[in-house]
Amino acid sequence: MRHKIAAAVLAGLFSMGASAQVEIQWWHSMTSVNGEWVNDLAREFNASQSKYKIVPTFKGSYDESMTAAIAAYRAGNAPHILQVFEVGTAMMMASGKAIKPVGEVMKEAGQKFDPAVYIPAVAGYYTAPNGQMLSFPFNSSTTVFYYNKDAFKAAGLDPEQPPKTWIEVTQAAAKLKASGHTCPLTIAWQSWTQLESFSAWHNVEFATKNNGFGGLDARLKINSPLHVRHIENLSNMAKQGLFVYKGRMSTPEPSFISGECAMITTSSGFYGNAKKNAKFNFGLSTLPYYPDVEGAPQNTVIGGASLWVMGGKKADEYKGVAEFFSFVSKPDVQSASHKRTGYLPITLEAFALTEKSGYYKENPGTDVAPNQMIRKTTDKSRGIRLGNYVQIRTIEDEELEQVWAGKKTPKEGLDAIVKRGNEMLERFEKANSKK
Amino acid sequence: MAVEKRVVFKSKWLPWVLVAPQVFIIGAFFFWPAAQALLQSVQQSDAFGTSIEWVGLENFRNLWNDETYLASFYTTAIFSVSVAVIGISLSLLLAVYADRVAKGALFYKTLLIWPYAVAPAVAGVLWLFMFAPSVGVVAYGLRAIGIDWNHLLNSTHAMTLVVMAAVWKQISYNFLFFLAGLQSIPRSLIEAAAIDGAGPWRRFWTIVFPLLSPTTFFLLVINVVYAFFDTFAIIDSATQGGPGKDTAILVYKVYYDGFKAMDLGGSAAQSVVLMVIVIALTVVQFRFVEKKVTY
Repeated sequence: MRHKIAAAVLAGLFSMGASAQVEIQWWHSMTSVNGEWVNDLAREFNASQSKYKIVPTFKGSYDESMTAAIAAYRAGNAPHILQVFEVGTAMMMASGKAIKPVGEVMKEAGQKFDPAVYIPAVAGYYTAPNGQMLSFPFNSSTTVFYYNKDAFKAAGLDPEQPPKTWIEVTQAAAKLKASGHTCPLTIAWQSWTQLESFSAWHNVEFATKNNGFGGLDARLKINSPLHVRHIENLSNMAKQGLFVYKGRMSTPEPSFISGECAMITTSSGFYGNAKKNAKFNFGLSTLPYYPDVEGAPQNTVIGGASLWVMGGKKADEYKGVAEFFSFVSKPDVQSASHKRTGYLPITLEAFALTEKSGYYKENPGTDVAPNQMIRKTTDKSRGIRLGNYVQIRTIEDEELEQVWAGKKTPKEGLDAIVKRGNEMLERFEKANSKK
Repeated sequence: MAVEKRVVFKSKWLPWVLVAPQVFIIGAFFFWPAAQALLQSVQQSDAFGTSIEWVGLENFRNLWNDETYLASFYTTAIFSVSVAVIGISLSLLLAVYADRVAKGALFYKTLLIWPYAVAPAVAGVLWLFMFAPSVGVVAYGLRAIGIDWNHLLNSTHAMTLVVMAAVWKQISYNFLFFLAGLQSIPRSLIEAAAIDGAGPWRRFWTIVFPLLSPTTFFLLVINVVYAFFDTFAIIDSATQGGPGKDTAILVYKVYYDGFKAMDLGGSAAQSVVLMVIVIALTVVQFRFVEKKVTY
């Protein structure tokens, strides 16, 4: 009997839901704290109106959820919204009718949509040459510099004066080493922090054709004299034990939290983790640069992910997607997300709102990432849009490892990246230029 | 039920019905994917399959023009031979000793068979933790005795790490076969040799080892195939093919290109190359085993 009542109640709920609401599937890759954030966003949106229902589903890491979405698309049941990491951008752009540009979705739904409200370096990354916004910037981070204040003090360095240039970083590293630190500096996401962001930060080309924004025939340019100089500098630091390689992607991060490494360049999204787990005082600063390079510092490039709308859905469902994106873009929602996750605020208004709330004063260093980003971008600093970029990132890791191990000179390593990377670009161009 | 009875008594196609489930499984999980790989190896498409282009042998040409792909044959050979030789010798040693143990034999055997139940990715992570340069217990111990363990940049260390993890995972399987082989050797032969004055060392090499040779060869082929195909999860979780490409064996590249980089054509072409290799290996195995089995 009890079962029957329960069933009846459930059926009632479902029929109510079915008649009133349009369900929108959202596949994402956010775990733990960030996973709760995604669920909260959906819950708040669902509570704010009754017509649409966002259903967030965790589908594994970025590459796993992408594989899942591709399989689902081929089987004809792709989600409406898919979260894709930044290196997948060119691939998504080239996938034709599999996706629907966000600008189009917003326009057709009659939503007020002004791409100019978004932080240029963020929105630019996801905008087509014709100015059409292709995907919705969701969780964007950028590359920043973290240092251990306690270790600085112990080494006789001023903990309130973080090194701003690579020369100062080298000097600080030498002092830290002299004070007994076995790992003065480490680098996470080496290709992102030391090649991509490095190029934009110094306003030099990463690749031709505006780093790939201008066409599929872009080719890598990262064996320029400035790049060679920088990698040579790091390789010398590695030889002297001032820079210690701790692995690919985010693997080096725990060695900063444990106190083993005193300085690290990594994602601004690392802030929450460091704040929660580091048992020492740490500070944030801008990415180091070479002051003699004209135009430096410019701006850094973003990482993280954006939301892509998949093709072939009903107009009604697209309306819901558009409404959801408008909701997430609201300054108060944005600002709250920024404070909660450490990801960048994606609109200028949200940044101003966060500043007004006094958050940056209370949490010194959290404004480093947005400040690095809210500058007017140049053709060389807008971002990176290259095909087969997942493979190119791996090539960069492989060759840089050879340099750190002393098996290749910095010039040989960078030349090899350019040669092998260009083969990937040629193949991507060939596969996608006929459309 | 009635249908089944009639089939049992009359039909010629009962054997076909009985093998059907197996045929279905092989068809669905072997022939169909193999055919797909063959098909995709001559195509190039974007990830979503919105445009498919026939490119003939271009995917294969790309492979031969890629120096790093050719280099990975060498890496694969070193890895596979190390895994097979070390894995087989160690498990033979363990099996010989486990066979002699009188007390608590079950306990030892259970412990030795245990690692077989561990998933390859877990095995990779397990060994990675022990050898992690910053936090690993073993790396810490090694540093204490003057070895600066760093598999992130030292290719020999990295290769050693993945070989150890792969061997550890496979020892149980080898051990079981060797133990069964040892137990099937007639005691009388060994006793006769002992009476003739042959010591344990001589008895092993002149009697036990030759009698185990079919098992050993079977395991050699199985282990090489294991090293060729089943180890990508270990590589992925322990080294991701690094440093450089020094632990990127062939099957790891198939996995990486297909599932991480979404290059289905290139990945399929590599699977076809691997398929050819495994077919060659299987032919060798059958010829050899057939010859040996008759003595």
